[in-house]
Amino acid sequence: MTMSWDAIRNRLSDVQGARYWQSLEELCDEPGFQELVAREFPAHAAFWESPLTRRRFLQLMGASLALAGLTACSLRTAEKLVPYVRDPEGVTPGKPQFFASAMVRDGHATGLLFESHLGRPTKIEGNPDHPMSLGATDAFMQAAVLDLWDPDRSQTVVTRGRVSTWEAFESELLRQRQQWQAAQGSGLRLLTEETTSPTLVRQVEALLRQYPRARWYRHDPVDRSALLAGAEEAFGQALVPHYRFDRADVVLTLDSDVLADEPASLRYAREFAARRRPEGPMNRLYAVEAAATLTGAMADHRRPMRSLDVGVWAGKLLARLQDGLPAADPWLEAVARDLLAHPGRSLVVVGYSQPALVHAIGHALNARLGNLGQTVTFTAPAPPPATAPFADLVAEMHRGEVQSLFILGANPVWTAAPELAFDAALRRVPFSAHLGLYQDETSALCTWHLPEAHFLEAWSDARAYDGTASILQPGIAPLYEGRSTHEVLAMALGSPTRSGLELVRETWRGAHPGTDFEAFWTGALEKGLVPGTSLPPVVPTPRGTPVAPPQAPAGLELVLRPDPTIWDGRFANNAWLQELPKPLSKLTWDNAALMSPVAAERLGLSNGDVVELRVGERSITAPVWIAPGQADDSVVLTLGYGRKVGRVAHGQGSNAYVLRSAGAPWIQPGLVLRKTDRTYPLATTQRHHRMAGEPLVQVSTLQAIAATGSMPTEAPPSLYPEVAYPGHKWAMAIDLNACTGCSACVVACQAENNIPVVGKEQVMREREMHWLRIDRYYEGPLDAPRTYFQPVPCMHCENAPCEVVCPTAATVHDDEGLNAMVYNRCVGTRYCSNNCPYKVRRFNFFQFSDWTTESLKGMRNPEVTVRSRGVMEKCTYCVQRIQAAKGDEAATGRPIRDGEVRTACQAACPTRAIVFGDLNDPASEVAALKAGPRHYALLGDLDTRPRTTYLSRVRNPNPALEEA
Amino acid sequence: MSQLFPRYANTLARASIVAVVLGLVGLGVVGYGWVQSSYATGVATHVSQPVPFSHEHHVSGLGLDCRYCHTSVETSSFAGMPSTHTCMTCHSQIWKDSPTLAPVRESLTTGTPIVWNRVYRLADFAYFDHHAHVAKGVGCTTCHGAIERMPLTAAAHPMRMQWCLECHRSPERFLRPREEVFNVRWTPPHDQIEQGRRLMQAYGVPAHGLDNCSVCHR
Repeated sequence: MTMSWDAIRNRLSDVQGARYWQSLEELCDEPGFQELVAREFPAHAAFWESPLTRRRFLQLMGASLALAGLTACSLRTAEKLVPYVRDPEGVTPGKPQFFASAMVRDGHATGLLFESHLGRPTKIEGNPDHPMSLGATDAFMQAAVLDLWDPDRSQTVVTRGRVSTWEAFESELLRQRQQWQAAQGSGLRLLTEETTSPTLVRQVEALLRQYPRARWYRHDPVDRSALLAGAEEAFGQALVPHYRFDRADVVLTLDSDVLADEPASLRYAREFAARRRPEGPMNRLYAVEAAATLTGAMADHRRPMRSLDVGVWAGKLLARLQDGLPAADPWLEAVARDLLAHPGRSLVVVGYSQPALVHAIGHALNARLGNLGQTVTFTAPAPPPATAPFADLVAEMHRGEVQSLFILGANPVWTAAPELAFDAALRRVPFSAHLGLYQDETSALCTWHLPEAHFLEAWSDARAYDGTASILQPGIAPLYEGRSTHEVLAMALGSPTRSGLELVRETWRGAHPGTDFEAFWTGALEKGLVPGTSLPPVVPTPRGTPVAPPQAPAGLELVLRPDPTIWDGRFANNAWLQELPKPLSKLTWDNAALMSPVAAERLGLSNGDVVELRVGERSITAPVWIAPGQADDSVVLTLGYGRKVGRVAHGQGSNAYVLRSAGAPWIQPGLVLRKTDRTYPLATTQRHHRMAGEPLVQVSTLQAIAATGSMPTEAPPSLYPEVAYPGHKWAMAIDLNACTGCSACVVACQAENNIPVVGKEQVMREREMHWLRIDRYYEGPLDAPRTYFQPVPCMHCENAPCEVVCPTAATVHDDEGLNAMVYNRCVGTRYCSNNCPYKVRRFNFFQFSDWTTESLKGMRNPEVTVRSRGVMEKCTYCVQRIQAAKGDEAATGRPIRDGEVRTACQAACPTRAIVFGDLNDPASEVAALKAGPRHYALLGDLDTRPRTTYLSRVRNPNPALEEA
Repeated sequence: MSQLFPRYANTLARASIVAVVLGLVGLGVVGYGWVQSSYATGVATHVSQPVPFSHEHHVSGLGLDCRYCHTSVETSSFAGMPSTHTCMTCHSQIWKDSPTLAPVRESLTTGTPIVWNRVYRLADFAYFDHHAHVAKGVGCTTCHGAIERMPLTAAAHPMRMQWCLECHRSPERFLRPREEVFNVRWTPPHDQIEQGRRLMQAYGVPAHGLDNCSVCHR
């Protein structure tokens, strides 16, 4: 693509009123783009690769027509029925069970319920009782079942490249223990990830008592230590902040994606969205940040700024608030006035990537605004206290002081900063054992690799960000030979036969010594948390004013971030997450060097050009992706790509860890970019499934609504007769004002409906199968656009254009208004997709579903057909959940209540942006939303009468900053 | 030049055209017949089982209720297959040395389940819910036939969509009072249609919409 930057900018500045755009290509009017819009699957014509002649083609067509009828015939194949020998208690075949557990990421637990079909965990839902879930999940939690059933998982003990057994490891451990005994464990080191597990802490403490000279280190690639250091600096004690978005009228985020990548983000997003309804008091969000983030996309005012400069800016704001002299910068002045006008009801949030000093300034800002104890509360961090730095361990290893090293869960060979040379250090350790879900980069260099049990296979415990403890219960016995961290530590402690269950129970029996332990235990398991374990709030006293950091030298900076879909790389082998489009760039299967249009123009770069990124001595190459809204002198690269192991992960993207520095894990100055002459194909979905017509997203401002009022759009008059829907009338409303674009719904849909992945090459041909996509729109100037998200599932049109063109009646309407898809009738003409104005139909061009891998069969939802090649499919409103509720209604006679049928996307949504229900129930939430003033139908003028409709986005801009 | 073709070639040509047409029709008829036959549907074909379980003996002879073994028929989409333990509640006392029941005893001692061959099989893209049907007055024998007269179990009806739709389009022809659902000797009254309509009303069976695709296909 050749970019004509002036043309793009002119085009955007010439626009009268709002203009929404999705990609740069569309703005520069690249030849072929109009053609792309006009055609359904534009990439296909170009892929006629086979050297087929016309004659041969006709022969094949004739033969396939003649044989087509046969495909409908199926021979009666023998099928088996295998009952239990002894019926397990509480299991009813055909009825799923739900168990409470929790998923731990970066040491913090989020409560969940997993759905189990005859002992197979198939789907994860949020735990409404858990303070960090509130019933919602993120994309990682939704994808955890694929991790569990992943056929690439480590399945056996390996020593020095040879398959071995746990017994062999145990006898080796016996020898090791004699050595530790002799030297009081002086050469014994333990390395884990960040953890809050009470059982793990108890076990490690026992180990350290047994071997007093042993030591425990922790290493987590997502380093949030600046938070604690910042509080130490501001208050003299290490504390973690808890934000109360439900109490905040004005929020300022400083380089923080607080709605998406904090351990408490699900709760934050819920509370933030609840305060963002124009009907109630609506909050206002200012974002100052380098990378374009989901939080920035929700902001009413967003200011792109180099991460290195955020501290200076925050210092200026603090000075302005303290001395009261108007600032020269009108933007800063407006923010300052707005914050000052809301004492005790404003909130300043600093991202974990910023250094401690900036956190201290953030605390001082909140203190000045009277927010401490109001919109931000503090607790001590969840135990255990921090260990000595990871770098100390590596130094010890280099000095040859470490004889035995246990690496439990972490993958430091790949994630440690390269200047530490962890791999060389590891080679000097005579006995090293790595426990991990995969045979990864670290296990290759360790003397032993031990397969780890997935969290759905093992007993454990952990604490949430607010300290609330949960007991993690397994849903299935280990599929392979996996064992949990607790079981391996028990081995090291000399009791190899202790089961994880015993170990966890022992911990909690210690905490609850009374006679009612069984009641406590069952209660905690059932509820998914241990009541009363949240940490008590601490009221800190500020210790004077922090000094603003010095101005960083100009020039490019490198910002590293955890990836929005594969995080720090631990989910790199999860194909659902790899194929999940990144919320803003819509890239799949790769990371890219994200840079602003200005930076790209300066360097003459366009999307897909490969650049060399050099920081000091180290460099990597990565393709460029132009990210509108990014700070000009900032290049963002996400972690987790460039893996060397795993069939899915292998070879995708560039390894950002190479550029990581131990001292500054997230932000580094002095980035040098050099253009290479190579390009790299990137698979982005941002131009896929485009709809024709405007406006697709409707946006207004709170002030405009107050001034003029706003009426719901009436459905246009129709030539078609009205159809009565006497029974249920299912419908969905999606609140664009609440949607943060987090994409949990997309993976939830994939897990619930057995949706296959297609791979990068097929994504590039617009063949991704997601039934629910999230369109991302930009509005306004190229360099600082506003960003909007729009989830688009099937609209279930009452006058559905797809139905009238299907020659086999494979897509038809039912009496409750569902646009049903009958897979066994579909012959794959794709006329329906061609006629769908919303582009929500997906065609299986190949046999995308894996029908042969044994473990994946266990993962599938038995209530949903696994579709085959040549069949069209699309969102069904989770008809299996509707039918299950109707079956129960039939059996019990109790009518379906509002909220009883929840679609998978709705259940996953952290902000309750998606509401599903029965329009014939006037008391239903969906009926109320659709009667509201913000309601509109997508492409409503086509008279499709969609059942899925939207609530418009409302911004709440500061009048002092709103440009005319 | 002599005639290339003899005179009867004309007749032959005409006859062969007729033969081809008849042959195609015949092929269709035979094909349709095969599809409808029990070879293809499995109706009335006994399926061999590891234990020759007799519904006739247990239901007619002993008067066992269907729900004694098919326990989840009122609570779940799946009617339930008896565990080995269920069989052994009686057979630890009676016929406890019968060689026929050796696989059952073996299952209990080894803990390996008995693997039965499925008699009724739905296509993978069709979903059936037992507890919804039972609650709405569809009797066991309506679909499973005269199970009380089957020494060896065989399918009574082809699990074809056409057959399902007979009832889904006019349920009044088949519904019975709820208390008769598990009665294997129930016979429809002379005014079944009238009674059926009354039951539809009473049980809230909709008159329309049961033949929607989404009712069974997802």
